[in-house]
Amino acid sequence: MKSVQMKTKSRITKSDVQQYLLRGRAFIALILVVVVFSYLTPAFLTTENIVIIFKQVAIRALLAIGMTFVILTGGIDLSVGSVVGMIAMVAGGLINQGINLPQFGVIIYPHTWMIIVISLALGTLTGAFVGFIITRFNVAPFIATLGMFYVARGVAGLLNNGYTFPNLVGRAEYGNTGFEILGSGNFLGINYSIWLMMGFALVAYIMTTRLPFGRHVYAIGGNELAAELSGVRVARTKILVYSISGFCSALVGLIVASQLVAAHPMTGDAYELTAIAAVVLGGTSLSGGRGSIGGTLIGAFVIGVLNTGLVMVGVSSFWQKVITGSVIVLAVIIDQVQARMQEQIALQKQQDIK
Amino acid sequence: MPSPSPVLKIEPVAAADDVILSAQNITKVFPGTVALDDVSFQVRKGKVNVLIGENGAGKSTLMKILAGVERPTAGKILLDGREIHLNSPLDATQLGIGIIYQELNLCANLSVTDNIFLAREITRNGLIEYKSQKQRARELVSKLEQKIDPDQLLGDLRIGEQQIVEIAKALAQDVRILIMDEPTSALSAAEVEVLFRVIRELKADGVAIIYISHKLEELLQIGDYITILRDGRMVAEEQAQKVNVPWMIEKMVGRNPAALFTRKERPLGEVMLKVENLTLPRLGGGYTLDHVSFDLREGEILGFYGLMGAGRSDLVDCLAGARPQATGKTWLNGEPVSATTISERIKTGFVLVPEDRQRYGLVQALSVMDNMLLASLKNYLRGAFLVSKREKAAADQQIKELSIRVASAQQPITALSGGNQQKVVVAKGMLTRPKILLLDEPTRGIDVGAKSEIFEIMNRLAAHKYSVIFVSSELKEILAMSDRILVMSKGAITGEFSHQDANEEKLVAASAIGHGPANTGNHNGKG
Repeated sequence: MKSVQMKTKSRITKSDVQQYLLRGRAFIALILVVVVFSYLTPAFLTTENIVIIFKQVAIRALLAIGMTFVILTGGIDLSVGSVVGMIAMVAGGLINQGINLPQFGVIIYPHTWMIIVISLALGTLTGAFVGFIITRFNVAPFIATLGMFYVARGVAGLLNNGYTFPNLVGRAEYGNTGFEILGSGNFLGINYSIWLMMGFALVAYIMTTRLPFGRHVYAIGGNELAAELSGVRVARTKILVYSISGFCSALVGLIVASQLVAAHPMTGDAYELTAIAAVVLGGTSLSGGRGSIGGTLIGAFVIGVLNTGLVMVGVSSFWQKVITGSVIVLAVIIDQVQARMQEQIALQKQQDIK
Repeated sequence: MPSPSPVLKIEPVAAADDVILSAQNITKVFPGTVALDDVSFQVRKGKVNVLIGENGAGKSTLMKILAGVERPTAGKILLDGREIHLNSPLDATQLGIGIIYQELNLCANLSVTDNIFLAREITRNGLIEYKSQKQRARELVSKLEQKIDPDQLLGDLRIGEQQIVEIAKALAQDVRILIMDEPTSALSAAEVEVLFRVIRELKADGVAIIYISHKLEELLQIGDYITILRDGRMVAEEQAQKVNVPWMIEKMVGRNPAALFTRKERPLGEVMLKVENLTLPRLGGGYTLDHVSFDLREGEILGFYGLMGAGRSDLVDCLAGARPQATGKTWLNGEPVSATTISERIKTGFVLVPEDRQRYGLVQALSVMDNMLLASLKNYLRGAFLVSKREKAAADQQIKELSIRVASAQQPITALSGGNQQKVVVAKGMLTRPKILLLDEPTRGIDVGAKSEIFEIMNRLAAHKYSVIFVSSELKEILAMSDRILVMSKGAITGEFSHQDANEEKLVAASAIGHGPANTGNHNGKG
């Protein structure tokens, strides 16, 4: 097979190095923050601390992975934090109060595994419903998910009149004990939430890289009309994408409620913003079509390390916000610079061919 | 079915049995216009069925109906004699109808392979088989005698290569009917030869090809049957070997004289605008505008004719300051123009009435008056505040002068007819007190009565010493209205005609320069 591209220059040029650094910038940033914090506080690189960081990151990363699918299609999901809260309250209610059926005079207490299935299904359906609204009525994703942001938070409050469901341990006679294991249980010494994050990241990676569905997600984000004209079922793909995000939110809602052994109506407040931040830090373009699950994972870790590290160094929470915000904007600026450089290099290559 | 009725004329092109797809009595109405009016079109198996017509004759609409993108208002489509309903592009694909679109429909963010197999990925156990996809993509591309790396990002390819990918994408499907809408517009002569070879192979396999092109010589070379559309109606159907280029032009253009609009003779003033070497590079190589030079006199209406994509709209966009990357020199009234942004250009005296009225000309959410005043708000200020009395006066004056039919100036712009909306856009331009008026397709999508009003306004403006650049795809209109006509093709000026020597044949011929099958033209520019 003959080489298709003419290699005009074999030596590594300055722009090659620049490109390489810019592409790996999220990973470089991660290494940088880890190095800086290890230098500043010796306690940073201890096993204990790393486990804490991973546990924190697991929740963010799960949401960010769902968000990545949505953003790859050029959409956005503002409802994830509220759905986290709503599902936490649903699970809490099912454990503490069961399903009350007054017309039959019975209260059904489902098994713990059934509660988990019901919660996950409900979260997925919420996402599917949002996706349906977006595609069927041509509502902007920002608006549709903003609506769900309010509705789900409202429902979370309604479920127990704004009160917390405390002490979610269940009762042995109802067969609904063991909910707390999801948050505190370990496998091979590693917390379940971290396993879930890694497992789901792997699934998402395969979905984006190996399944036709993933190609369609990228295609819709790149050129929705072209995708439609090629025969991609755009509406169905979008509904699926929001369903995935809803599923991730539900999973996080369960994990958080289980970790706290309680469900508070404000659970997950502002989580959607950290999820978006992680996605953007990971190099996914908000206009869609460009980005990766791996990048999102790194982005989630950068934010996680930054938050934990800043706390350990003793930076005030106000400065933490200033720094986190600046890092996010800086990341996007670098993103734009890279895109422009890439375009110029592509133009240059064509000039060389002629 | 053969009919025994002696009244019926014998069909000029007989043999209905090899017809695979037939569109019968298709009518398509868009709000405000009838794009297709009772059009019937036969597609024959193993033949190249050519469809031609001027810009706006309805070819692309007909193709979109056959590809399932648009649904006809009336009429039916028969495939193998059975009626079919195409509700989505997917339906058409599943019935074996493939299409290569005129405007490239590819995802710039995906690789060549991913684009070729989009929505028909090769999978095993649900997972994409990258190796076989890449292998097949490489085969398809090499069948088209191209050296394109299947892993390359589509966005990094030049336009011609993207066109090849679009063709490869259509070939990757198992098509029985392949629609090609201007497939050669971005191809070099050698690439066109390769495409024709592939078309002949497809024909031999019994695939029916529907071929749309403006390059008339090319059509005679590859076509078997020729169908001509004009103003949304089918005007002729003939076997390709029986016809020639002048016949096609005559049928496309029609013979009805333009009685509705006439130009008024008037003296022309000094040179008002001088443009030298206006150049706009195209992303992906070549030029959108290729060293364009011309001048425009005071009170002159200068027409620009050309095919779609010839660069006329880009030219007026450049003059209006919308393309900062353009290079070249411009003089207005002998003074060099240094303004680069749109607002500076408006201040200098250029104003554009854009081609797409709805998207670029009007803010749909605003009232008639607010739209009209948008470009000249600073004229109604006292201190930092808008003076509503001045605003009202300016709007009312324009409404009267251009006889815009509105109940009140506060009406929403969407309540107006196309013609009146267009007049609002013109009024918006006039309120900036321009010297040069750039009208890009000012009569598109408006009815005949409104057209003649727009032309009357143009005549009046020219009589008041405004200089007008008039871009149009309508041959009759441009011939009737222009003092002088420049014809563009592939970004360069390919013909200049005074009002006296211009005729339709000359304009059509000049607009095809650089499009001939044996001519690489200025495809890659000159410098």
